[in-house]
Amino acid sequence: MRWMLRKDLLILGRSRLLVALLIVYPVAIALLIGFAISRSPARPRVAIVDETPPGETIQVGSQRVSVSRYAQQLFSQVQPISVSSRAQAVAKVRSAEALAAVVIPPDIAAKVASGTSQGELEVIYNGDALEQSLAQSQINSALAQANLGFSEGIQRAAARTIDLLLTGGNLSVLGANTNLIGLREIPPLLARVIAREPHGADREALERVSSFADFAAQNLNASKNVLSTVGQPIRVHSTLLHGRRTPLDTFAVVVAVSVSLMFLGVLLAAGGVALEREEHALSRLLRGLITREALLAEKALLAAGCAFIVAFAMLAGVGGFVALDWSRVGLWLLALACSALAFGAVGVAIGALAREVRAASLLAFLLSLPLALLALVPAGSVGGGFYDAIGVVSFVFPFKASLQALDTAVNRASPALAGSLVHLLGLTILFAALARIGLRRAE
Amino acid sequence: MSAVLRVRAVAKHYGELQALREVSFDAGPGELIAVVGPNGAGKTTLLSIIAGIQDPSAGSVSPGPREVGWAPQQASIYSRLSVAENLELFARLEKLEDPSAAVERMLEQTGLRERAQERASRLSGGNRQRVNVALGLIADPPVLALDEPSASLDPGQRERLWQFIVALAGAGTIVLFSTHNVSEAQRYAGRVIVLAEGRLLFDDSPEALLAAGGEGRGGDLERALVRFLAQQGAPDGQDAR
Repeated sequence: MRWMLRKDLLILGRSRLLVALLIVYPVAIALLIGFAISRSPARPRVAIVDETPPGETIQVGSQRVSVSRYAQQLFSQVQPISVSSRAQAVAKVRSAEALAAVVIPPDIAAKVASGTSQGELEVIYNGDALEQSLAQSQINSALAQANLGFSEGIQRAAARTIDLLLTGGNLSVLGANTNLIGLREIPPLLARVIAREPHGADREALERVSSFADFAAQNLNASKNVLSTVGQPIRVHSTLLHGRRTPLDTFAVVVAVSVSLMFLGVLLAAGGVALEREEHALSRLLRGLITREALLAEKALLAAGCAFIVAFAMLAGVGGFVALDWSRVGLWLLALACSALAFGAVGVAIGALAREVRAASLLAFLLSLPLALLALVPAGSVGGGFYDAIGVVSFVFPFKASLQALDTAVNRASPALAGSLVHLLGLTILFAALARIGLRRAE
Repeated sequence: MSAVLRVRAVAKHYGELQALREVSFDAGPGELIAVVGPNGAGKTTLLSIIAGIQDPSAGSVSPGPREVGWAPQQASIYSRLSVAENLELFARLEKLEDPSAAVERMLEQTGLRERAQERASRLSGGNRQRVNVALGLIADPPVLALDEPSASLDPGQRERLWQFIVALAGAGTIVLFSTHNVSEAQRYAGRVIVLAEGRLLFDDSPEALLAAGGEGRGGDLERALVRFLAQQGAPDGQDAR
């Protein structure tokens, strides 16, 4: 096996373009995937037309809420492009300068203030079904955030008015300041008056007014809580069932490294076995010079070794930009080694089926990429039956187990590392056995 | 003649297809034997069983594959390695006591010393085939099996290859080669084995095959073979070349 290994390293060293491609391509793919996963969704570019008169406010009891506040809320959720007319907004959407346009109509304040009808916004989309779907979901999210912020403003204004009713104070009515009595002050004030009043109809009437004022004050105070409940009826409290939550950026690193490891391991091993057949050397080798098992082991080990080195270099390199826990480097190496072996075994199984290097490489690529992507499909994003099928496929292809092992080793995520490593070693044995059968059948 | 190669009742079938049917013959040192016959006669199957590439379904071959050199039709050499590196790799895999000496010996025998450091991918077809044969001979086996060694070579390359093979036989190696080029069998072989539908129909000298096919001394062996196959009721005597 030593001489075969030496020969393959010699050949690999002389195939500089192949080596460069094998390193650059998976690293590029890995970085793209990592970038796509780690980058938070960009705020959509939205053209906004605010047709409300400048300084327009909505009266809430004694308080006024500026309508421009809504536009500001919306501006903070998107990349705003201010335009002065609906026509300009439409032009921006048509030219794809903006993903969508939002028109705030001039009568929105009147409608909201009426209390009988909702204010309405116009949202203008463009593009194909996919773009519309993306725009709609992003705009809906931005509008929901803006609505929430605006409703909090109205809620606060309403709460201030209620406070004024409860505690009293200065209220500006028609430009004149009036010092109002608060509902809470009425019962003690009336109690003093009632104490001086003789029993009779007037005293009973005053007692009824006092009881009402007391009742109204208590309920009005409670209505402030009701207002906040209506403004945001459900608050979210997150609970993680197991393990440590993996930050998105370090998870992206793990995905990127796993993808590189997979491509290098699978492609090199598949190409290595196929090369023996392409060079017509297989029959000469297998007539007693080397056993099939040793040949497959040599190819898998070589591919796994190369993939291991590149993946560790990637992990170490990325560690310069993302905070990784270097005290766990022993576990990283263990996870990388087991993953690399499993991918090497998949590679030799593919290589045993192919007659030439190009076919082996194509087959390895066509199998690996979709299977890896399937392993990244989150639970709940597809139908139950389909997700179960994905689960089965992901279980018998090492990518998911490799991802879990690396995520645990690097990010302390769950499940336990030992389980993933045993899974990977099991898959290594399975694919090595398939390679052995494939090589026998292909001769 | 003391037989070194013994082929006894060798049969091979692939499912229903009977590729070889109880083929038996012996060969002694220095014999140069041509195996001819129509397409699908079982020539490559017979040689690959002798070389240990395939196991027979029945029968036996001695000596074992480690004592038979093998040169497949398509040169089985690593294109990105040099001639010397190819030879050294197989000398190491054969676990020879002195791999360097074996490499030197083969470079000498094949006349490729000048090309020793050249990548195999840059060699001509004839030189690639020489390296291919040299790899089969690196362990100095008493028997060499060559599957259509001169296919795809130009006349000059073919001539140089045959000089090399004839010299090998002259040095005592048993050389078996399959060919579609019957004139090569006539020129170089001391013995001709004719196979058809997996059966051994003829095993004697080229002159005897000429006679069996109704050709006189110095006649056309190819014509004699076609006529012989027709006499034997082989399905397509015209396809014997």
